[in-house]
Amino acid sequence: MATTPVRIQPKNRLLAWIEERLPILSFLSSHTSEYYAPKNFNFWYYFGSLALLVLVNQIVTGIFLTMFYKPGADTAFASVEYIMRDVDWGWLIRYMHEVGASMFFIVVYLHMFRGLMYGSYKKPRELVWILGMLIFLALMAEAFMGYVLPWGNMSFWGAKVIISLFGAVPWIGDTLVQWIMGDFNPADATLNRFFSLHVIALPLVLLLLVVLHLAALHEVGSNNPDGVEIKKGPKGSRFGADKPADGIPFHPYYTVKDLFGVAFFLIICAFIIFFEPTVGGWFLEHDNFIPANSLVTPAEIKPVWYFTPFYAMLRMIPAKLPGVIIMFLGIAVLFLVPWLDRGRVKSVRYRGLGYKIGLGLFALSFLMLGAVGAGLTSEYIPAWFGAHADVTTIENFFGRFWLIVYFACFVALWAYTYFGWEKTKPVPERVTTHD
Amino acid sequence: MTKPAIVHSLVLRAAVAAAGVFLIAGASLAEEGAGLQEAGARVTNITSLQSGARTFFNYCSGCHSLKYMRYSRIAQDLQLSDDEVLKNFATAGAKIGDLAVSNMPSKPANGDEAAQGAEVWFGKAPPDLSLEVRAKGADWVYTYLKKFYIDPTRPTGWNNTVFPNASMPFPLWELQGVQTPVYAPAKPGEEAAVEKLELSTPGKLTPAQYDDTVRDLTAFLEYASEPAALQRHSIGVWVLLYLALFTLLAYLLKLEYWKDVH
Repeated sequence: MATTPVRIQPKNRLLAWIEERLPILSFLSSHTSEYYAPKNFNFWYYFGSLALLVLVNQIVTGIFLTMFYKPGADTAFASVEYIMRDVDWGWLIRYMHEVGASMFFIVVYLHMFRGLMYGSYKKPRELVWILGMLIFLALMAEAFMGYVLPWGNMSFWGAKVIISLFGAVPWIGDTLVQWIMGDFNPADATLNRFFSLHVIALPLVLLLLVVLHLAALHEVGSNNPDGVEIKKGPKGSRFGADKPADGIPFHPYYTVKDLFGVAFFLIICAFIIFFEPTVGGWFLEHDNFIPANSLVTPAEIKPVWYFTPFYAMLRMIPAKLPGVIIMFLGIAVLFLVPWLDRGRVKSVRYRGLGYKIGLGLFALSFLMLGAVGAGLTSEYIPAWFGAHADVTTIENFFGRFWLIVYFACFVALWAYTYFGWEKTKPVPERVTTHD
Repeated sequence: MTKPAIVHSLVLRAAVAAAGVFLIAGASLAEEGAGLQEAGARVTNITSLQSGARTFFNYCSGCHSLKYMRYSRIAQDLQLSDDEVLKNFATAGAKIGDLAVSNMPSKPANGDEAAQGAEVWFGKAPPDLSLEVRAKGADWVYTYLKKFYIDPTRPTGWNNTVFPNASMPFPLWELQGVQTPVYAPAKPGEEAAVEKLELSTPGKLTPAQYDDTVRDLTAFLEYASEPAALQRHSIGVWVLLYLALFTLLAYLLKLEYWKDVH
């Protein structure tokens, strides 16, 4: 629902004086109590507000970490341990930031899956989706650089592997890698520039993109699990004769509902922070408790879990440049979804069986590629196929199979909808839960 | 068990049972630990930590530092007085706020050939153990300390099945005794592998007592790798209880507001 320009006239004379000159209350009102959202949001609609919560958490805890963290190859590792031991509540702030990073990706992945399920990327919300994808890109850069800052051994080797990917660029590759690192290896110069990008440059970009994402969303209005446009439906409710019948004001209805979601989410976060802050090496890797050492390579260099599906795409392709291109395409293709999908029906509830199967396979391929990237397959193959199994061959077969499935889902989505093979169900006129 | 301890253990169990993601993570950890024995170290057991600290400062701190660990923090967390810690644990002349750094020099000082350091004696400086358990895991440390055996081919006379050709001598031998290796029949062209270790000379402790000593030492090193573990366990229970109550209230508030939405 496009935001209605409301004009608040406060009774308080000071507020009225301000409002005449800077209509901040009117602005807030038109985006909260005068923003009408569909009343049938389900479980999947919690993750947008949770992502915002985690973003705020990362900024606030990050501010405090920056007060004690000392960027520099000689000081970074020790300063993190200083935070963990000598700074009052430093351990809590650090764990909140570290767990927050992983929770950010969990929440964002679920948020994106919701968009795919209910067709929230379709007209008129293409820009909402594109801006969301840009947030995802910025978030990946932000997370990667943040992971380098503790300057543990996995920070060092992870940075080395990821930055060396730029070496695949023809002609200028090697020079580009040295330019990014400011040295021949990840070193003091690399750490300092990553610190700068992590604490100021990328957060500014992220915040700007989040504002644009929300502005675009409020202009076109929220989608919902039925994929019905409430502003095209009947008008008139107890909130006003011109208000959409199936809409309710975001505030207070969704603010209290999201408050419950936040509380429940915080229970999960608190459990991790207080009882299992490394999540058995998934959120904080064991090798990162060893200081960076350019002479000792970790037994297995792998990124944190949230990058593993894309890392698997890179690993499953035998040559460097094609591998980098495939990984890049794996992300880029998501930008194109609003135009690959030619179907008119938004919600998976009323779409053809093919779409449901495709969506399921897509999610499964993402998880399976994640398992390959995290090294789970190389760990379990000997157990399943015998100790003498050829791990590399089996893993490559498995990984490449799911890589093909991943991309095939997008091709199939286009063909399925372009050639009109999809048999959709009738979409209701109004959201399904109206009286 | 005291009341908070019961609550603590109940909350822990319920949460562990509920969180599937941790089961997966736990399973993969167990996989990595193939061949390692379970340490069973309990970082919340203060008596065990005190015993482990005693072993560490008697047998390990001559060579190994805990360079991120302050004596004052050890005193506070292990419920010992400053005097006890300074007298029994600290290096001579150390103050209570100092870091637990070993006196052993790692490099020859100022080119003085007579004053050699650990790098000359052992080939490399003994690693700092502040984060050893977080990097390698408690089970690794526990099993490593149980698997030294006599090996005349090594410069120190000792070898280890968990970390073959480790450059560390075995200072705990007088407690555990001396283990000798039993080799499996070698395949042609391969070196014989150690099949098992046999206790050829008993030490001061029985095998069961030695296991307890090493378990306590592992618990102390686990504590040293993350002193905050003690705080987060005790605070975490209350945070979860508070959040559970808050979630309930938030849910009731939501129901109240949504009464008129049909």
